[in-house]
Amino acid sequence: MSASQDRSQGRAGGIVSGGAAAPATFTGNRGLQIEEPLIFEMGQPGRCGVDLPEPPKVKDRLNGLRRTGEIGLPGLSEPQVVQHYTRLSQKNYAIDMGVYPLGSCTMKHNPRINEKVARLPGIGDLHPLQPVSTVQGALELIDALAHWLKTLTGMPAVAMSPAAGAHGEMCGMMAIAAALDAKGERGKRRVVLAPESAHGTNPATAAALGFTVKPIPANERGRVDLAALKAALGPDVAAIMLTNPNTCGLFESEIVDIAKAVHDAGAYFYCDGANFNAIVGRVRPGDLGIDCMHINLHKTFSTPHGGGGPGAGPVVLSAALAPYAPYPWIVKQGDKWTIAEDGAAVGGRPLGRLKAFHGQMGMFTRALAYILSHGADGLKQAAEDAVLSANYVMASLKDIMTPAFEGPCMHECLFDDGFLKDTGVSTLDFAKAMIDEGYHPMTMYFPLVVHGAMLIEPTESQAKEDVDQFIGALRSLAERARSGTAADDFKAAPRFSPRRRLDETLAARKPVLRWRPGSNFKQAAE
Amino acid sequence: MRYLPLTDSDRREMLQAIGARSVDELFRDVPASARLGAKVGGLPDHQGELEVERAFQAYAAKNVSPAAAPFFIGAGAYRHHVPSTVDYMIQRGEFLTSYTPYQPEITQGTLQYLFEFQTQVTLLTGMDVANASMYDGSTGTTEAVLMANRVTRRHKALISGGLHPQYRSIIETTGKWEGFESVVGKPDAEGLEDLIARVDKETSCVVVQNPSFFGHVRDFSRLAEACHAAGALLIVVVTEVVSLGLLKPPGEMGADIVVCEGQSIGNGLGFGGPYVGLFATRDKYVRQMPGRLVGETVDADGRRGFVLTLSTREQHIRREKATSNICTNAGLCALAFTVHLTLLGEAGFRRLAELNHAKASELADRIGALPGVKVLNDSFFNEFTVALPKPAAPVVEALAAKRILGGLPVSRLLPGDKSVENLLLVAVTETATEAGMAPLLAGLKEVL
Repeated sequence: MSASQDRSQGRAGGIVSGGAAAPATFTGNRGLQIEEPLIFEMGQPGRCGVDLPEPPKVKDRLNGLRRTGEIGLPGLSEPQVVQHYTRLSQKNYAIDMGVYPLGSCTMKHNPRINEKVARLPGIGDLHPLQPVSTVQGALELIDALAHWLKTLTGMPAVAMSPAAGAHGEMCGMMAIAAALDAKGERGKRRVVLAPESAHGTNPATAAALGFTVKPIPANERGRVDLAALKAALGPDVAAIMLTNPNTCGLFESEIVDIAKAVHDAGAYFYCDGANFNAIVGRVRPGDLGIDCMHINLHKTFSTPHGGGGPGAGPVVLSAALAPYAPYPWIVKQGDKWTIAEDGAAVGGRPLGRLKAFHGQMGMFTRALAYILSHGADGLKQAAEDAVLSANYVMASLKDIMTPAFEGPCMHECLFDDGFLKDTGVSTLDFAKAMIDEGYHPMTMYFPLVVHGAMLIEPTESQAKEDVDQFIGALRSLAERARSGTAADDFKAAPRFSPRRRLDETLAARKPVLRWRPGSNFKQAAE
Repeated sequence: MRYLPLTDSDRREMLQAIGARSVDELFRDVPASARLGAKVGGLPDHQGELEVERAFQAYAAKNVSPAAAPFFIGAGAYRHHVPSTVDYMIQRGEFLTSYTPYQPEITQGTLQYLFEFQTQVTLLTGMDVANASMYDGSTGTTEAVLMANRVTRRHKALISGGLHPQYRSIIETTGKWEGFESVVGKPDAEGLEDLIARVDKETSCVVVQNPSFFGHVRDFSRLAEACHAAGALLIVVVTEVVSLGLLKPPGEMGADIVVCEGQSIGNGLGFGGPYVGLFATRDKYVRQMPGRLVGETVDADGRRGFVLTLSTREQHIRREKATSNICTNAGLCALAFTVHLTLLGEAGFRRLAELNHAKASELADRIGALPGVKVLNDSFFNEFTVALPKPAAPVVEALAAKRILGGLPVSRLLPGDKSVENLLLVAVTETATEAGMAPLLAGLKEVL
């Protein structure tokens, strides 16, 4: 057993230095802020949180490859495990606790009915390779979601298997590569255009597929500079990757002209659908002239974010790209559903397979539950409320903070750090001070097109009185920062969170990426 | 519209504060040609919870759940018992409705469990370092090949015939569009010597699976030596992570990258996803890894804390120069994995593995005793290949008609390959009982 005998690891061990000085406690805890050791620093050999029967003795068929020696896992009882993870959970901020205004991430309410239906035995407890005759309902469910996605986007086809937004980007860009290949143009079209405001995944995806990424500048209105785009288009361009609404929270007002220019140049239009939540039910991307778009189910359709996954990234495709969709395809033959699982079964010119099995079924179920709950009318209302709320935040703060662009925004509002000029307070300091006010900070330093960006997305899930309080907190912080006397206070924030500012430089310089027996990082760091 | 707190009077007040007459004004940047007048047509309006639940019960009723039938399918997704604590814990709102831990001061819960998860993965695999999880084992395997290409600056992957066919298919697809070659070795049974013979100076990596897709358990130490002599990396894939409770870990065989499908621990079958990929490697390759990494550090008061680190590898910093376009992990599935494994602990995890092996051994003996039927494996963990006297696909269909989910016809994943037409892949976990085994044996006897 490798549980360390040193129970003081990671503990304060006496009087805490720094601005949060408080009376020392015997335990190192501060009230309900419990100092929680790692599982490897707990437990006893021989303890176990699961009761399993004694295995019958059999002739070993392991080819002489039985593991020797300890694995090194700690032994904990069930109550210890429950307490450990419960204590850890209490160190997290979450949507269930309040405003979570991370721009571009869409931290909207996650309804529990979605969790309930995903766990029905006839849905959650199904093997992906059961005989197709025994999973007809599952295939029908996937197709029902596919129908909603196609109808809401106004697109004729959808590839359901991508595991996340970035995986969907890979899928869509591969479909474009496959379509160019079929036309014999893949060799000469080696450039992908992406606005400077793009998510980092866009250039990373294009580069992985061997394309050269050319950035397109933004104009003073925060949109793609159409003239610059037209100048960049040519016979060497494969596609443009454009987020709409874009990462500044603005609708690309010239998008129809952009699509036309791209198509006239023989290129394809990939739309990053990360912000589809702003326009669901009001705009069908298919009507704008896009060729494909991934949809982040965890953003627009409220599958839980889960501390960073799992997501799901179905990709809607135009008629021109549909034949290249990766398999599997869910197909209805007469009154029976089947799964076309390989090239021969699919026909067309599929680009291949991107994931084992059929996609993120658990996410499909949750997204469909959310969609059915809202209905066509509710989805439209949700998009409108999200846009209304973001504009309300911007209008309420524009006199004291500095909006990056004029005019209405969509689902998120972007400020730059102009209002902090000469105060000694940075965007980072401002964000950390929000933690002491009881909020998760906004997205900071993204998009890259404005200085010290602060991207705020309140979502449609927050009541007006909660948004008002949030606005009040930001206003108060902005006033304090601009008083010019509070820079040291801001630098010391946060004070009231489970941890104060963490030394990220040290973490990168001396990476400690796992626990080891006898390790005491704190001493090593000193 | 129970999810929408704004009332009509709220909306009016907010519009007034904005100085807009209607919400339509806020959408004025949308070109007129694309503005929808009414809501999207042909779709139903909102419904209450009761109606939604009924809709899903109707879908569920059209499926045969393994809970209600003798069940023996594996092939990369395994049906194990998940303790109640696991599902309770991942539904705690603080975990479920939090996001990527971008602000470490208020996401220490997520960061600490991921650090614990990373440590568990290194212990199971026998490797130095692990990331905070991948989408799943299948996509993680392709990421491992891409990483090997980066490390070796070569572009030829050698794939074992014992790798899960769908995993192989993803590598081939990615290679086709991202510009690297993949070559498949001989069929699984005689594949090891063939791979050793074929590794050369152009090989970036060799990809093997243990236990293999067909269930065989092998020592890859000599293959690892051959790889390293040629300057190639050995990638070992494990689709049944419970096997690591009993088997010598890939790290002790000289693996350079280990990828596992972690679904077996903490995560149900879920019709194929979401699952959780485990990804581990050696210290010297850490900066070439894809995905997220959590590291230990201290805060301004000198207290231990955790942060996302080495993110200069990642897309949001490096953009087109990133090691991967991946921007998420499988956080909640990783939590399910780590909670379940913590409940099991050293003793429980080993016992779980023993139990799987023992039950599989019992069923293998009994199936092998049926007339005309042969178990092809000398070695296996909890899954083995059975040669039937006739094509396996109709046999499985006939069993399904009796509500028995009796394994996977290999032909479903290797269509058109005549040599596998009669092969049936059978998986047995701790959930198997005599009440399930007896009908399977009787059913097979009858159908054959």
